[in-house]
Formats: sequence, structure tokens, C-alpha cells
Amino acid sequence: MATELPKKQAVIVGVGWAGGIIAAELAKAGIEVLGLERGADRTPADFIMQKDEMKYALDHDLMQDLSKETVSFRNDNDMTALPMRQTGSFVLGTDLGGAGIHWNGQAPRFFPYDFEIRSQTIEKYGEEKIEEGITLQDWGITYDELEPYYTQWEKTAGISGEQNDMTPWMSEDYPTPPMKETPAIRLFKDAASELGLHPHQRPSANLSENYTNPDGKTIYQCQFCSFCERFGCDYQAKSDPLITVIPTAVDTGNFEIKTHANVREVAHEDGKAVGVYYIDGNDGQQYFQPADMVILTTYVLNNTRLMLQSGIGRPYDPETEEGVVGKHYCYQIMSGAQGMFEDKQFNLYAGAGALGGGVEDYNADNFDHSDLDFIHGGVLSLNQTGIRPIETNPVPPDTKSWGSEFKKASTHYFYRTLSIGCQGASMPYRYNYLDLDPTYTDENGDPLLRMTYNFTDQDRKLAAHQAERSEEIMKQMGADIVRQTNQATGDYNIVPYQTTHNTGGTIMGASSETSVVNNYSQVWDCENLFVVGASTFSHNSGNNPTPTVGALAYRAAEGMLEYFDNPGILVDDED
Amino acid sequence: MADEKKPSGLTRREFIKNGSFAVGGLIGGGLIGGMLFNTSSETSTSTSNGDHNHGNGSNDYMEARLFFKRQEDFRVLSSAVERIFPEDEVGPGAIALSVPYFIDRQLAGSWGFNAREYMDGPFEEGEDTQGTQSALLRRDAFLQGVRLIQKEAKANHDGENYFDLTEEQQDAILEKFEAGDVEMNGMSSSQFFSLLRTATLRGVYSDPVYGGNKNMDGWRMKKYPGGQMAYMNIIEDEEFHDMEPISLHEHHN
Repeated sequence: MATELPKKQAVIVGVGWAGGIIAAELAKAGIEVLGLERGADRTPADFIMQKDEMKYALDHDLMQDLSKETVSFRNDNDMTALPMRQTGSFVLGTDLGGAGIHWNGQAPRFFPYDFEIRSQTIEKYGEEKIEEGITLQDWGITYDELEPYYTQWEKTAGISGEQNDMTPWMSEDYPTPPMKETPAIRLFKDAASELGLHPHQRPSANLSENYTNPDGKTIYQCQFCSFCERFGCDYQAKSDPLITVIPTAVDTGNFEIKTHANVREVAHEDGKAVGVYYIDGNDGQQYFQPADMVILTTYVLNNTRLMLQSGIGRPYDPETEEGVVGKHYCYQIMSGAQGMFEDKQFNLYAGAGALGGGVEDYNADNFDHSDLDFIHGGVLSLNQTGIRPIETNPVPPDTKSWGSEFKKASTHYFYRTLSIGCQGASMPYRYNYLDLDPTYTDENGDPLLRMTYNFTDQDRKLAAHQAERSEEIMKQMGADIVRQTNQATGDYNIVPYQTTHNTGGTIMGASSETSVVNNYSQVWDCENLFVVGASTFSHNSGNNPTPTVGALAYRAAEGMLEYFDNPGILVDDED
Repeated sequence: MADEKKPSGLTRREFIKNGSFAVGGLIGGGLIGGMLFNTSSETSTSTSNGDHNHGNGSNDYMEARLFFKRQEDFRVLSSAVERIFPEDEVGPGAIALSVPYFIDRQLAGSWGFNAREYMDGPFEEGEDTQGTQSALLRRDAFLQGVRLIQKEAKANHDGENYFDLTEEQQDAILEKFEAGDVEMNGMSSSQFFSLLRTATLRGVYSDPVYGGNKNMDGWRMKKYPGGQMAYMNIIEDEEFHDMEPISLHEHHN
């Protein structure tokens, strides 16, 4: 039995970037908002002097406790999905602020091409350009329509950056100037320029100077201490929800947060959400929280799981290609090049999560694909995030992985090794999808989310191409030993860390027939339910997802306020 | 424990250190012999690395076993991790950096219990791409693994202990584990070797608060400056800056 609580106007499930943005916008407008966060409370004081590689980078202190809940995984329908028992390929954030705390702060936009990828690909190259099984869809919104919301999020976060001919157009410049250049980044940019490419300093949420955002929240200047990814920031110099949107929402007096509140199900009647069921981790009891509006802003994977568990929307079936919830699970295809320099040592212990140089020449449709057998691409970047000694042990090819030989090589090359990485765009594939596992359950006995995913030929060709381009730049940089790196030569493997840019499952589109939500992140089949976050991406681009999550969240908040005034579906359904 | 009295009135440590008692046959036999050997191994650990005794005394009190009950197991572990990260001209090895004690403490805690990992059944073998599906806790894997290392040594070298073999002989046994050629229950020997290697590198390079990386000498070897508060002043510099490392101890005191 669940204890029923007093009704709220809006309940937000999961309080990270997306939940925080929506809480701030609704609360500012006078809506009474409750945030249910299944993790613990957190403040910036939790991040002071926590420079501990093992605890955070290796043992994932800021990440989900997999003993309570994980996902199951298989490469294809012929395999039995088995639980992801240890964190590996991606790191799932938890606690107040969510993944917005442990992120690196790399803050690029997606490209105009992304939002109309199917139409533009067909228009330019013909339909046969799209490989069999690649189920491309336009997003039901254009870049130009989303552009003001990107600007709004960048102002909230204070992003430091610069534009050039290859970056997406912006109506206003970044709020703060680009980050400093390091010798390694300069070497990369010079080499890229010599090859005729267009390097730029990467847009960064580690700020180049102190900045106060339109809500009056201050983000401080980055000190390059290098403890960004998988860490909270010592200085409140990495924009995150805890120092921006969450306190903005709380300051209104209209936002209440309950932590340790693990939502299991969205209750719905006659096509409308009526509230959520959650278990309070403090007393172990189940509660029913009624609400006029429910907003799912958990991570990608849990957004999809909650939809499936609640029985809202039609689950996707890859055999019939019917249904929508769970389809278009996408990831990113990581490749690049590594270079070792005998005569140079770089101060690589120093850095920042988003300190880097990048080239967008081989991203989106910025280069001609007529003679290539794949579409899209990805950013090539050299990031100086700061290396740490347990995980970073570069050795030349064919070096033994232990013993004196390893010790000599790994200490020698520690500061002599640079890497160029590509975040390869990930196209939706008919058989890559999410559903509920038939066997494995979480701590409450609810089914785990099952991920069925593998790389496709499109992915492997894209990755190989980007690795070659990276190798060219690294050679131009003058490295003595150069080799390509590529995570996508075989099957997707859930063990080695690749990226936490998981996307899809509750995708956005122009029609209820092919998508879960419209371009306000409103669920077609349940008009007072909104699902916000990268789970609404119809494919994943070749860049970091957070700014697009932020932009879509601001747009969603606008739609929610509109809905409170005029209930109903906010966008005409093309079906 | 150091002051635990033996019937003779000697402390345990004096009792063990006094070779004549043990070797003279007061108790005799394997058990006390093992304790005696272990003591000498600890002595050689600290002498091989003399200046580490200048560290604060409280750190040395932590060099005692929390997890491994049998000294023989701990001696095998110590010898194995020293082969993975040996003392050489580059700098101290795993024993001098206190890696065996680091691993012992890790196994005694949440890491040893796989506390934050999904450990519910059913357990099936699965494909490599699906990651470990072992039901074995790390603490049990280490006990099984070091005992199998010892068993390999004894079986192939006339009953000799692993820790008494030559470096080449010790390496050959580890290579056999690395190749997956030793039968283990619950995980492959290559998985165990990988675990052992990872644990060793963690012990060499993690913050000294965990008991390894003694005196930050692991970091010094790699010129790693630890958790400095800021690099604003050097971030743009061309020249390489080597600096004295900072640990959590400095941050928190």
C-alpha cells in the first residue's frame, strides 16, 4: 500500500540539468514544484578538496550504485542479455545535480544538419545514401527554432568559447571568452591549420573568468586543477545545476526537493498522468504523490525505463518496427590517434575538463560525403583534461603490460603522450533499442532496463575515417610514435570506458506514429507528462550532448507554462 | 596486537623475532616458521627502502594485515605484486610502496565485497562484450588466486614456495595466469591476473591515505604532483614543471 501525499502542481523526477532548468523556470512563474531525487542531497561543500583519483575516477563515488540498479546488455536479439555488473563503458551519475555534477563541461551545440538529418541527407545525396536498417528521422524541430534556447542555456551556464566557419551559427557570442591555450593545444591547432582545417578553442563550462548569470548566480574562474570529469568542482568554476538552476528554483520558495525518493512508476488514467509512486529510501515505504503535471528528467536510460514500467506509450518492437518507446537508442563511436613525443614533456597533470582545441571540419555534413560510404562524422579534439597516474599508463605498441619494461615505459611516456579523440555521431539502427529485461530485477524487484546495442557498418566506417584524419593531424604535430585508436573495430563492448553520451529511447519527432514526444518534450500519448533529456534525441551527433539537453529543457519549460494556461497537445501531430 | 603477551612473558613480536625460540623447536613446524619468515620479509621491506621510516609513525602502525589471515598468502601476494611492479633503476617497487598492505586493506573493505556492483543471479558466462559475470567476490578471488600461485610454484619447483623462486620462475607463473592457463573456480586466471595488476597499480599510484604509494614515492617516480589546488600560473608554459606532490593529508590537515 502506498501512502497518498498532498497534491502538487508539478512533480519533477530526477534533479540534474534538465530537472533543475525546468524547476527554475516553473518556480519563477509561480508554479509549485516538487523535485523527487532518488540520490542523496549534495552541496558544493561536498566537492572541496576531494582530489582522489581512486575514489572518484575509478570507484565512481558520484555514480549510481549498481548493486541497487543497473541495466542488462546484449549485442543483438540472439544473445541473452546479462547485467552490467560493474561500471564501464559509461558512468551513470546519481545524487542531487545528477550527471551535471561529474561532467567535464564540454559545451558544443549540435549542427543544423542534425535536426533535419533525414531530409537533408536525402536532398543532397539521395535516399540510397542511408544504409539499410539505419532508421533516420528528423527531430520535428529545426536548429533555427532551437537556437534561442541554446543561447538561453549558454547564458545560464556562462559558457566560455569562440566561433569559426565550421561551428554552428549563433545569434549571440558566448557569454565569456575562450579558455587559455596550452602548448599541447597550440601544437594541435597549428598542425590542423597547416592541414587546411579550422581549429577553435572548445566551448567550455569551466569558465575563463568570473561570471554572474541572468538569474544572479555566480560561476567562478577555472584554476586548471584538472579534477573535473567524475569529480565535482572545488571552485564552483564548472557550471553545474547545484550552483545555477537548482538554487535559482529554491530561492523562489516554490521548489521543494525530496532526496532518496526513488520513483518506480507514473500513475495515469484516461491518457493523463495523475502522479507518481516512489519508495522513500529512508523508511523503505511506498508513497503516492499526486500532481497536475509529471516531468521525467532522470538520465536517458531511466527515462525510458519509467515509461516502459508505467505502460505509457507503445513499446518498440524491432521485428515489426511498430511502437516507439525504447527505439533509437544511440551512443557515440570513439576513435582517434595517439602520439608519443620523445623530446617533449607537457604539463599534462594540469588541465580542465573542457580545455581543448577542436576541429569541426569532419563533423555533421561539414564535409562532402559523396564519395564516402557513411554519413555524418564527429568533432576531432585534443583535450587537456588533466591526466592521473593510476589510469594513465601510456606505453608504445608491443610493450609488456607489467614488470620492469612496463614500469619504465609508462613513467617515461606519462607526460610525452597526446591523444586526439573523435566523438563519432551515432545513427539509429533498427535493432539497437531498449526494453525491459525478462529476468533481472533491481532492488525493488522491478525489471532492469535491457539494452540491445551493437556498432553498425556505418559506425565502423565513420570511426575508421575519423581515426585516419586524427592520425594525419598527429603526424603533422610531429609525434615520434603515432597510432590510430578505435573502439569500433569489432562489436560494442560494455567494459572499456567510451563515453557517457547515451541517447534515445523516448525520441522527439513530428508525429506520434514515429516518436514519443513532440518538440516541447510533451508525451504525445499523455499530454500532462513531459520527458526531457537526451532520451529525446532521435540520433546522437558528433559532439557533447549537454547544451542540447539544456536547450530542449528551456523549450520544454516554455511548453509546460503554456500547458498550465491552455491544456492540450502543444504541437500539431503530423499523423 | 603487538603487545599481546605470550605465556613466556615475551610480546608476540619479540617471540617471533627471537629466532632461537622458534627454530629451537619450542613449537617448531610450519606455522611458526611461516610467521618467522614473514617477519624477515617485512624487515627487508623497510630496509630496502630506508628513508621511508622517516614518515610519520602512525602510517607504520597501519602496516598490518586486516584481511589476509595466513601469512603465507600475504607473502605470495607480496612477491607477485613486486614482479608486476618491481624495484628497479626507475624507483621503488610494489613492496617498498606498501602495495601488499594497500591491497589487504582494500580487500577488507567495500572493494573486496564488490559492494557497489550488481551481484544478483542468475550468473551466466556470457560473451566478453557483456563484462564480468563472476559471482566471486574480489576478496575470495584473491585468496583463491594467491593460493593457486603458490600451488603452481610447489607443483613445478619441487615443493618450493612462490616467494622463494627466482624472479624468472615467478614471472613464468604469472604469465601462465595472464594467459588464462590456470584453472580457477568462478573466474578465469587471466581475469584474476588482470585484477591483481589493476590492484597493484592502484596501490602504487593512489593517494597515500589508502596505505599504498608510500610517502608519495609512486607519484614522485612519475613526477605526478598529486592534488595541487591550481595550475593557473603554469598552464600556458612551454617548459615542464616538476613539483613536490601534495596528498589529501595536506589538504585535510
